[in-house]
Amino acid sequence: MCLGVPGKIIEIYEQGGLLMGKIDFGGVAREVCLAYVPEAKIGDYAVVHVGFALNLLDEAEAQETLALLKEIGLFDEEFGAQTADANEEILTGGTVAGG
Amino acid sequence: MKYVEEYRDAHLVRGVIDEIRRRVTRPWVLMEICGGQTHAIIRHGLDQLLPPEIELVHGPGCPVCVTPLELIDKALAIASQPGVIFASYGDMLRVPGSGRDLFSVRAAGGDVRVVYSPLDALKIAQQNPEKQVVFFAIGFETTAPANVMSVMQARAVGLKNYSILVSHVRVPPAMQAILSAPHNRVQGFLLAGHVCAVMGYWEYPSLAIQYGVPMAVTGFEPLDLTQGILQTVRMLEEGRVEVENAYPRLVTFEGNRPAQQMIGQVFQERDRKWRGIGMIPNSGWGLRADFDEFNAEKRFDVQQIQPEESPLCIAGLVLQGLKKPHECTAFGVQCTPETPLGATMVSSEGACAAYYRYKRSV
Repeated sequence: MCLGVPGKIIEIYEQGGLLMGKIDFGGVAREVCLAYVPEAKIGDYAVVHVGFALNLLDEAEAQETLALLKEIGLFDEEFGAQTADANEEILTGGTVAGG
Repeated sequence: MKYVEEYRDAHLVRGVIDEIRRRVTRPWVLMEICGGQTHAIIRHGLDQLLPPEIELVHGPGCPVCVTPLELIDKALAIASQPGVIFASYGDMLRVPGSGRDLFSVRAAGGDVRVVYSPLDALKIAQQNPEKQVVFFAIGFETTAPANVMSVMQARAVGLKNYSILVSHVRVPPAMQAILSAPHNRVQGFLLAGHVCAVMGYWEYPSLAIQYGVPMAVTGFEPLDLTQGILQTVRMLEEGRVEVENAYPRLVTFEGNRPAQQMIGQVFQERDRKWRGIGMIPNSGWGLRADFDEFNAEKRFDVQQIQPEESPLCIAGLVLQGLKKPHECTAFGVQCTPETPLGATMVSSEGACAAYYRYKRSV
């Protein structure tokens, strides 16, 4: 139930006194209530739960996290801690990429 | 999709898991609170990729699972009344009450409708002024902003035929109940990322310190989950008791202030009974007296209900992380998603449903 889906805000308007908008989820647009993210601008990304934007996504934080995790991966390649083959199999078996 | 694909990068996930393997020196028990995270972990097989020292136990963060039987029975009683349109999130329809579910009420002629958002229920009320529309407002903190907004809007537009049946629960009191239980095994927590998107994580440091248990705010994609596990394991190995944020692209310490303010205007804390677990003091929200006119429990006479739970179901132990679903004798035999004995087999976030769906039996 607490699943939230990230999408891009493509339209902002008011309806019945509520701040509303259209959000594009990978090609599918849905109407979403933006009342809790009054600072939202067109082009921002938000995580949406039961028709409400919970928060906007912070691109700078996202990039920083990914850079940090990539660094951990590089450490792995350089210093070569051995990975169990089984792990590789499960991860490349489509469960992660296809999930 | 942006903000999704990059967090499913198998190469990066493997790198983080290797780092966990390098860091870990002894066994640790971690609990993911949120049922959505349980499903992601089992679906992606992340628990099987972790080093054997790390055990993940599954928490009670499944609102459908913990909604008490009495409230389901009240929902069934209200939905059966003539002149009522009962609107609910889809997950609730197959949850067994004492002997039947909302689907069977619908089959018997009740007007039970699945909605995606409480604003949809509000629209139904506007379009059907001659009917009473009742929305089953269940959920954790994540869902509260939507549910309270429906009430505020109903008041703003002067709707007289809309009410909500509230079963709202909160994460921190449930964690406190788990941590203070004498048989508790949990040493670190993955905090529910979308609960924290709303509430922030200012409620957690005192809990972490009181029980000496580190926590990491964690998201839902494989890379988010492994990162949350890594940060928690690091704290455990270094002997640090802190609350770290492994989901900073969405979560801030303060959380969403406008949402918290709106929740505070409409809801107040109250004791809540958790299905399978029992009463937890101040563990949920109910409508403030000022909003009695929107309270379905006041609008309909449903006070005298005696619930009956299946004697076979061990959902309570599963929800507390004390048993795994396949350790139940009814699992996959008398109890399946088609014929569930307990809510944990119904919900898309229930641990039993995850184990059944992904054929996990070890």
